[in-house]
Amino acid sequence: MNIKENMLLDIKDLHVSIGGNEILKGIDLSINYGEVHAIMGPNGTGKSTLAAAITGRNGYEITSGEIIYKSNNINEVPADIRAKEGIFLSFQYPVEIPGVSITNFMRTALNAKREFEGLPAIKANEFLKKMEAMKKLIDIQSKLTNRSVNEGFSGGEKKKNEIFQMAMLEPTLAILDETDSGLDIDALKVVAKGVNAFRSSENAFLVITHYQRLLDFIVPDFVHVMFDGRIVKSGRKELALELEEKGYDWIKK
Amino acid sequence: MIKLSENNYKPLELSLLSHYQDNKDNKYKLCHPKVKQAREDGISQFEDIRLPLTSNEKWHQTNIQHLYDMDFDIGDNKPEFNKRINEIFHCYVHGFDTNVFALLNGWYYNSNDKLLETLDDGIIVGSIIAAQEAYPELIDSYFNEIAKESQHGLGAVNAAVFTDGIFVYVPDNVESKKALQLIKMVNRDKNVMINSRNLIIVGKNSSLTFLHCDDSINQHSGFLVTNTEVFLDKNAKLDLYKLQNLNNQTTLVNSTSVHQESNSDLKVNVLTFNGGSIRNEINVDLQGEHAAADISGIYLIDNKQHVDNQVVIKHSVENCTSNEMFKGVLDDSASAVFNGHIYVARDAQRTKAFQKNANILMTPNATIDTMPFLEIYADDVVCSHGATVGQIDDNALFYLMQRGISESDAKLLLMYAFITEVTSKISINALRLSIDDMVKKRLRGDLSICDKCVLHCSTPDIPIEFEIDLSKI
Repeated sequence: MNIKENMLLDIKDLHVSIGGNEILKGIDLSINYGEVHAIMGPNGTGKSTLAAAITGRNGYEITSGEIIYKSNNINEVPADIRAKEGIFLSFQYPVEIPGVSITNFMRTALNAKREFEGLPAIKANEFLKKMEAMKKLIDIQSKLTNRSVNEGFSGGEKKKNEIFQMAMLEPTLAILDETDSGLDIDALKVVAKGVNAFRSSENAFLVITHYQRLLDFIVPDFVHVMFDGRIVKSGRKELALELEEKGYDWIKK
Repeated sequence: MIKLSENNYKPLELSLLSHYQDNKDNKYKLCHPKVKQAREDGISQFEDIRLPLTSNEKWHQTNIQHLYDMDFDIGDNKPEFNKRINEIFHCYVHGFDTNVFALLNGWYYNSNDKLLETLDDGIIVGSIIAAQEAYPELIDSYFNEIAKESQHGLGAVNAAVFTDGIFVYVPDNVESKKALQLIKMVNRDKNVMINSRNLIIVGKNSSLTFLHCDDSINQHSGFLVTNTEVFLDKNAKLDLYKLQNLNNQTTLVNSTSVHQESNSDLKVNVLTFNGGSIRNEINVDLQGEHAAADISGIYLIDNKQHVDNQVVIKHSVENCTSNEMFKGVLDDSASAVFNGHIYVARDAQRTKAFQKNANILMTPNATIDTMPFLEIYADDVVCSHGATVGQIDDNALFYLMQRGISESDAKLLLMYAFITEVTSKISINALRLSIDDMVKKRLRGDLSICDKCVLHCSTPDIPIEFEIDLSKI
């Protein structure tokens, strides 16, 4: 297969600023279908900015470089269209939306995507079946989905809810932004189970994490280390272990 | 003695005074003594304090002075009631069956010459003018006992020259099965000022749901002043909904005064969708222990619309609870005012009083003036107040967009979710769904002034175009 055709995401020399301050100083990153890439690095190094740039968040200005997704330059594409094209972000700090139930939120998002793909709206019983299956997979209690999105949820419950939404929406590129922060080992395993059950040759993952621990459960194909707005080192999963052993100072040298 | 030549009276003040003069010795003389006295006291107070100016502290954010120079028809010529109410308007809310009554141009509407009737459950409804003769003891006990002294000149002159209004009496031990709906319609071919006075009495252990709709039928200017007195006896329960959907040329000053006896329960929900200038005054006096008052409202306004909500809750005795929650979404150059006054008397121990006002401003030109005022003289109380003013949360907006929801739908969804905290308090399912529908349409800018009842959709079968199905399962 042509290398280009297998490439889901191709970021070329990306420079991103927030309010005039340059945060990403030339990122090059290629992710093929079926791959799991991990991004690690100290706090404040631009990991979340990278996620924001890929997902099209307002306020993050691409000053130069390109984001090529499914062979198209998406620099100017609005966030909701990128989402409908299959980009999903598991938020580091999921937002509470009182007054909107998770059930309805999911059905709306699902139908928005289906409409975009030219499919009819999902049938009620099909939707409920899917909800039940995913709830089981991510170990989410039934009654939780009747509540408003994230309202009153603990940090761990919010993260699980993100993965639940991912499982429902079946994205092509799933970006997990520090999904492990705030999770105990059991919750972590459940989240990893959900992600792994979902991994296939038709999608890809970008796992942003501060700690190596998550990568024991979601084993990456590639690990990249970011520092000061650049990817300074790339390698295989062993790189993560080396980083854990030697600490981030090793990278700074 | 009224000397019309003195004192730089504004044109409207002169019209009102002369209207009173015209009726003083005939129509008003024949009123029930309580009513007659109220009229006399009213005009006397009015001569003294006049129509409210912005220099009056409680009116400085609501300027209606341009009306005082206008030429309003105050004449209360009784219109022809040649159609049954349900030929003029029909309530299409599915599953919400109400007994519909109407006031047309301030007059109690009856096409069958019945000015008062007794409903199946024993509730008496009718014209307050007719009630003077039919139920003099009730008028004696309750009329002008609750809103005894008008707070301002409009209340005073309303007492003096009111045309008619609705009278509702729920005897003791009656749990009304069907809600009452009052539609107030204005249909004149010129600018008109209408003064009406309502009285609602709910007896011991009784309950009532009352839906009070204010509507415009055409585009003429209306200056509508309404004063409603409510008496809730021991253990009585009232669910009062006010729907306001008036044209932009109309000013509405709507005062509601409630006296609550022990263990009574009051729920008020003021839903303002449209209107040129609307001022709602809600005064609650908790006079019996363990009484509870829950006063809520929403205002969804744009253009240059103005809404002023003044709520005064008086905790006169111990162990009462009150809760106020008003939420607004303001667009364009709309403006709103919220003043919540909580008064806790010295002996009103174990009072619980809460107040919240939250606003979303969609543009930099929209303004909200929000001010709580807590006057607490007891020492064993729990009171709180809070006000927020903000825009739609960027984080929440991005979260929804990242799930594939378009920016405009996401904004609507967030505004709708913001408003549902108040509308979810509507206890009648059919009514709540209908209001939800109106909220969605209003937020999209799709709700125009209906020429009929706000609940009447001229196209009831056309599905809601809001793409997101927000009904909570």
